[in-house]
Amino acid sequence: MNTTVVAQLQRQFQDYIVSLYQQGFLDNQFSELRKLQDEGTPDFVSEVVSLFFDDCSKLIDTMSRSLERPDNVDFKQVDSGVHQLKGSSSSVGARRVKNVCISFKECCHVQNREGCLRCLQQVDYEYKMLKTKLQDLFNLEQQILQAGGTIPQVDIN
Amino acid sequence: MAKDGGVSCLRRSEMIGIGIGELESPPLDSDQVHVLAVDDSLVDRIVIERLLRITSCKVTAVDSGWRALEFLGLDDKKAAVEFDRLKVDLIITDYCMPGMTGYELLKKIKESTSFKEVPVVIMSSENVITRIDRCLEEGAEDFLLKPVKLDVKRLRNYLTKDVKVAADGNKRKLTTPPPPPLSSTSSMESLDSTVESSLSLVVDDDSLIMLPESSTSPVDSP
Repeated sequence: MNTTVVAQLQRQFQDYIVSLYQQGFLDNQFSELRKLQDEGTPDFVSEVVSLFFDDCSKLIDTMSRSLERPDNVDFKQVDSGVHQLKGSSSSVGARRVKNVCISFKECCHVQNREGCLRCLQQVDYEYKMLKTKLQDLFNLEQQILQAGGTIPQVDIN
Repeated sequence: MAKDGGVSCLRRSEMIGIGIGELESPPLDSDQVHVLAVDDSLVDRIVIERLLRITSCKVTAVDSGWRALEFLGLDDKKAAVEFDRLKVDLIITDYCMPGMTGYELLKKIKESTSFKEVPVVIMSSENVITRIDRCLEEGAEDFLLKPVKLDVKRLRNYLTKDVKVAADGNKRKLTTPPPPPLSSTSSMESLDSTVESSLSLVVDDDSLIMLPESSTSPVDSP
């Protein structure tokens, strides 16, 4: 094992994950999730977030259809979708996604279709962005493991 | 976990393939605490299940109140097949679910003969005081704000207070202190902030070895 390489990768990983927190992509709940992962369940976090992203995609699709026709928007259905999205984003620590959902809910309550459409677009953007970022993070993890190192515990407090 | 001395009178549940739970752990070990988790969100089910498994609980996770009732044998379709009453030590349920809410599920459980003594914990992403009060009045053990971070000590407090510890047939009662009054717990305090309970996920061998008292209440006869 090339310890220099491992150390460099670990450093990279650390910096990257800290930046994700600092830029508000992730919040404390993500680190709670990481605590639930161990050698026996090395893919726990990536599996959970993967399910989350699937959820996002499906919900955004449904909500998009509900919002399609200006004269016939089922705001209750949209609200239900936002509620689910807000819940699951909160559970995985997807902070930006969750925050958009908060505004999104408001738009539903006042039945603002335009506002909803903007939020929908934003939520789509945010989840995809997060997906890319986390993919990079998981790739770094893999590189560390393949180089024979261990994934650093990162204290973000 | 202490496994010597079969205490029990605790009946093993038969995991019949009623095809309800998406997430079912390996067969029940009567020493283990068995939690029934109810949440319509798959992501949340997976997280809760993991949280509980890490604290050495056996978990059955279902996606609706109806499935929960079905699992408990409390649904209207009285099973043609007889099965042992399930050993469930704790039920943790989401509040907002389509069809049957967690509150409605709570009521049904508290109305049942077989499971009314089982502690029920409600989870919600919304901190609504009236909602919390209503659930507590109906007999909920606790009300947790999501995202849930499980506190092992708190979990222990939920479990039945009379427990029998298996040891050479010597049974002793272990009383755990009652849960702190709710006005002082974090479920009330964390109004706008994220829940920051001191989470101890490390489980030592002594935690959760207590066996819930074997239910002596009569079986809900069909």
